[in-house]
Amino acid sequence: MTHTRMIGVDVGGTFTDVFVLDEDAGTAQVAKVPTTRPDQSGGFLDGIGRRVDELSSVSVVVHGTTAGTNALLQRKGAKMGVITTQGLRDVLEMRRRDRPRTWGLRGDFQPVVPRSLRLEVPERTLADGTIRTPVDLDAVRAAARTLIENGCEAVAILFANAYANPENEHKAAAAVRALWPNPHVTASAEILPEIREFERFSTAALNAYLQPEVAGYLDRLERALKSDGFSGEFMIVQSNGGVMSVETACRRPVRTTLSGPAAGVIAAGHIARSAGFDNVITGDMGGTSFDVSLIADGCGMLSPQTAIDFGLVVRTPMIEITTIGAGGGSIAWVDKGGLLNIGPESAGSDPGPVAYGQGNDRPTVTDANVVLGRIDPDRPIGGKLARLDVEAAARAIDAQVGAPLGLGTEAAAEAILTVANSRMAGAIRLVSIERGFDPKRFAFMPFGGGGALHACAMLRDVGLGRAIVPRYPGVTSAMGCVIADMRQDFVQTINALTGTLDLDALAGFMQHHVDTGMAMLDAANTRFERRQTAFELDMAYVGQTHTVAVPLDIAVEGGKVCMPTVAGIEAAFDAAYRATYGRVLEGGARRVMNLRSTVIGKRPKFDLSTLAPAARGSAADARKGTRRAHLGTAWHETAIFDRLDLPVGAVIEGPAILEQADTTILIEPDLVGMVDTFGNVIIEPREGGT
Amino acid sequence: MMAAEIDPITLAVLAGRMEQIADEMDATLFRAAFNPIIAEAHDASHGLYHARTGDTLVQGKSGLPIFVGVMAFAVKAVIDKAEKDGDLADGDIYIFNDAHMGGTHLSDMRLVRPYFHNGALFCFLASVGHWHDVGGAVPGNYNPSATDAFQEAFVLPPVRLARAGAIQQDVIDIIMRNTRLPQSAMGDLNGQLGALDLGVKRLDELLAEYGAETVRAALDALGDRAEALMRAELQSLPDGRWQAEDFLDNDGITDAALPICVALEVKGDRMVLDFSGTAPATDGPVNIALPTAVACCYVAIKHIFPALPANAGVMRPVTVKVPEGSLLSAQFPAPVGGYTETILRMIDVIFSAASQAAPDRVVANAYGTINALSIAGKRANGQAFVMFSFYGGGHGGSLEGDGLNHGNAPISTATIPPLEILEAAYPVMFRQWALRPDSAGAGTHRGGLGAVYEIELLEKNASVFLFGERGRFPPRGVAGGTVGALNRFAYEQDDGWHTPPLTSKMLDIKLKRGQAVRLETPGGGGYGPSEGRAAEAVARDVALGYLTAENADRLHGPAWRRVYA
Repeated sequence: MTHTRMIGVDVGGTFTDVFVLDEDAGTAQVAKVPTTRPDQSGGFLDGIGRRVDELSSVSVVVHGTTAGTNALLQRKGAKMGVITTQGLRDVLEMRRRDRPRTWGLRGDFQPVVPRSLRLEVPERTLADGTIRTPVDLDAVRAAARTLIENGCEAVAILFANAYANPENEHKAAAAVRALWPNPHVTASAEILPEIREFERFSTAALNAYLQPEVAGYLDRLERALKSDGFSGEFMIVQSNGGVMSVETACRRPVRTTLSGPAAGVIAAGHIARSAGFDNVITGDMGGTSFDVSLIADGCGMLSPQTAIDFGLVVRTPMIEITTIGAGGGSIAWVDKGGLLNIGPESAGSDPGPVAYGQGNDRPTVTDANVVLGRIDPDRPIGGKLARLDVEAAARAIDAQVGAPLGLGTEAAAEAILTVANSRMAGAIRLVSIERGFDPKRFAFMPFGGGGALHACAMLRDVGLGRAIVPRYPGVTSAMGCVIADMRQDFVQTINALTGTLDLDALAGFMQHHVDTGMAMLDAANTRFERRQTAFELDMAYVGQTHTVAVPLDIAVEGGKVCMPTVAGIEAAFDAAYRATYGRVLEGGARRVMNLRSTVIGKRPKFDLSTLAPAARGSAADARKGTRRAHLGTAWHETAIFDRLDLPVGAVIEGPAILEQADTTILIEPDLVGMVDTFGNVIIEPREGGT
Repeated sequence: MMAAEIDPITLAVLAGRMEQIADEMDATLFRAAFNPIIAEAHDASHGLYHARTGDTLVQGKSGLPIFVGVMAFAVKAVIDKAEKDGDLADGDIYIFNDAHMGGTHLSDMRLVRPYFHNGALFCFLASVGHWHDVGGAVPGNYNPSATDAFQEAFVLPPVRLARAGAIQQDVIDIIMRNTRLPQSAMGDLNGQLGALDLGVKRLDELLAEYGAETVRAALDALGDRAEALMRAELQSLPDGRWQAEDFLDNDGITDAALPICVALEVKGDRMVLDFSGTAPATDGPVNIALPTAVACCYVAIKHIFPALPANAGVMRPVTVKVPEGSLLSAQFPAPVGGYTETILRMIDVIFSAASQAAPDRVVANAYGTINALSIAGKRANGQAFVMFSFYGGGHGGSLEGDGLNHGNAPISTATIPPLEILEAAYPVMFRQWALRPDSAGAGTHRGGLGAVYEIELLEKNASVFLFGERGRFPPRGVAGGTVGALNRFAYEQDDGWHTPPLTSKMLDIKLKRGQAVRLETPGGGGYGPSEGRAAEAVARDVALGYLTAENADRLHGPAWRRVYA
């Protein structure tokens, strides 16, 4: 039996998507099944079972999971405790003195660890690493016993300034582990040896909170896979868009918080690059939100941290995704001042749009698409009806939007789409402009179920040159699981002026990061095309708070990190600073705040033409008929095509609608769609068109 | 004012586009600014303003709440000055920090730039940012004993920083000679100029795309819409007149309480806020200028009705009456450096009055003081240091639930630096950084808890300055809820702990190595009668240590003990 198949599984809020790649046979298959709750492993195994009957033929299963994120949002992690520095038990609860919303002064915050399970012990390290008070290990043991007696399953040890010297924290962790053999003991500097106690404590506490839940879930999945004959590698996608072993994921579940969406962006980057576009903005339109991410020169943007919910901060590198509340289920309403608004309230997928007939009577973006004939009412993707209720959607639009604005049904529905498109376009503009990119240089790649209906509007509103609709936009994240590299990120706070920098210590940290990362790659039961390392310093002038990311060109030869130099670091800072701010400060003292290292094992990329449709045949064979669709100011008898039956090279003039199981692509008048050699549909303005 | 005709769809799209221009200007300055007060605390704001009146047309969402409203006065001051100058040209930029003309305090540097289209003035763009130092007697400009503006900072009236696109280096030279931190000031000034440039570029694009007439019609319509929204909100309130009074501890010079009074009157779709009875102007720096008072009313109103836009139309149905000679309409050169404390108290009395009209829509008082604390001295190597920060407290309870523990002030969205950042940058150690038990006002929904910060000096000597409030008059509850705890400040000396005679204001306390200061901040007021609080909620508060058993009995009776695990 040869191990040739790779499987990616992305478990989302509504659907579990499966992507099966058989490279030897040159085939790919997809499946979409409902996500099961509360245990997602049911849908996971069901989805795989739809396409693969013999798991022993599978070499790799890679999983994008929302198990951790859901546990955080629903506060369903473990009962856990905290052992912390005397005087600082409330850091987790006090946050950074923020509030949930700027206006209104309402809303409070429940930390994941109640105050009564946050215990203080005598110990103190100063900012320069000096130990002022050695840790009282008897107090640590007593605290651990109290937590055990209170039924805790996990514990986080959170000591001030442990990033500068972890000795007290190490001793405390060792004492707790000796007393309480438990895999779910997390020490803050083990997770994140970086300055800023709230962010470090929060990340460590959320990690401990998720460990029992996520480890249990992944363990169930792995057992089930093995009992079905699977003997390959089981890996998990991290928020940074790289994969990690299941063993690492169990120890560091906090790294999975953006697992699925990150995989989607990785896939989008690969698809766009293969199609010849290095600059792409992705737009994932779901039920409640529109998620935008930017890929420049083939690289996704990383952000250093995110808040999963108010006060639940996770600091670990993650693919930067900007979310606005404009999804298919976002509700359209007219305020008391007569202005049309979209969202932020959403009908989600339950009850969903009015047309789903599940009890919602407020019109949504999807209802506007249904009323205007852009979505086929006889092919409902969500809801339980055999046919979408177009009339109910029209009544809701008339009552809530048409009447207050004095518009007829079609005009009101068009108004809803115009405003929704304008907000989505605004998100795309801001994401690119904030980083200094001109959006006109970018292609737009819609994925998720709803994005492709709005792609032409994005071209028009933002001035993007073209849209690329991947062949399977509904399973992009699952495909990304199969594509993603193995990746490990490290951080260490240095906090020293370049003039007094201890280069040996810096090189020591770099070496340690490389050794740890390479050991992880060695342990993986996977093929790598090559290995990469990268180093970066967070630096600033003294007195400045925002740091600049300074890439360091330091080679690793024969596993050994070459020695950095102060002159090299200073020159690299000046170059990076000038690139960001256009100038440098003569004579300004420079500070090195953090070292960041990355070790990547490049996994072989599969050839996307595997997914391509036949080159033979004609577009006419894929044509299913016509449907009336309202576009702009008039109804058009619009050609309908079966998207997956379109051959390579097919050219479809707008107006046209391309349909596939979970996605509808709208090509507006004056635009034209072309199927490329990978099966993507590239939409561009028609030559000579307006 | 009737708007020109504009279709509702274009209006909705343009509303978003113009808001985005202001947001992008905010983002530009936050990224470029040198000083953390702008870069981290977002103490800045940008917007578009009416060509003739200076009224706020659109303002960014991420700037400081108090600037929503106050900027219109800054623009109006420039409009008046430009009229006198008589030669306003495309490419001019005015700059000033005079708080008596533009509101808030002298640390806020305002840049105002006319925007011309086809040779005609279309609107104004403005940028305001809190600079790190603008001269005066105290580094950082929080001088609790200042008796005039000159002791607070250098005062710059509206003058031209640029004429027809040409930067006036003379003006820059004057400014930079008057700050202790010219490098930081220059960085911030460049950032503000960059934000204005970006605004011009974006407006050019927008007008090219939609046409000036359509954009102007949209701006008019948005003002009308804001007004209509406000009138609809006011009509949802009952008619009547409700009064409230609260006090400032003192003015930092004389230990006498200062009443802040409001009568809130609603009649149909109109509202009057009358501050008659408020104390006269003071020697010390708790005065505010009239623009600040009006802007503060706007902040309070927007907290009560959060869906209102940042547009001057909101204030058309509102009349603000401030008695002449009161500390809410101080005349130049009265000191205004502590304006934050005064407007926080104004917001409190507006909430207290409004809660009588609509108890379901108003939250109880938040902690009500920013506690500007600075610890300054020299390190062993002779290098000077100044650690300056604001500290948090509890938010008020509301119909919806308990108040937030340790939040930021209603006039701000600033976060507090992590203690590790402070300890890495300054010779201090936080002995405690914790919630303050028994500090929340009781109620059906209690207030949020205040905080305790105890900071030990690790260097040989330092001086401590504090500018706070609520040392004598605690944050109020509403709808029957009770008060939060008082602000309490103490400092350690050779003979033990002391508290300042003026409670929360103190100049130049000498601290030695190993000695500490301790700040205990107020919690928020409670919402609704405390008898209405569920026994389970009280028991939970006791179990978590938010409330001592003794105070639980006193405030809520013994019922909680039956459900206490």
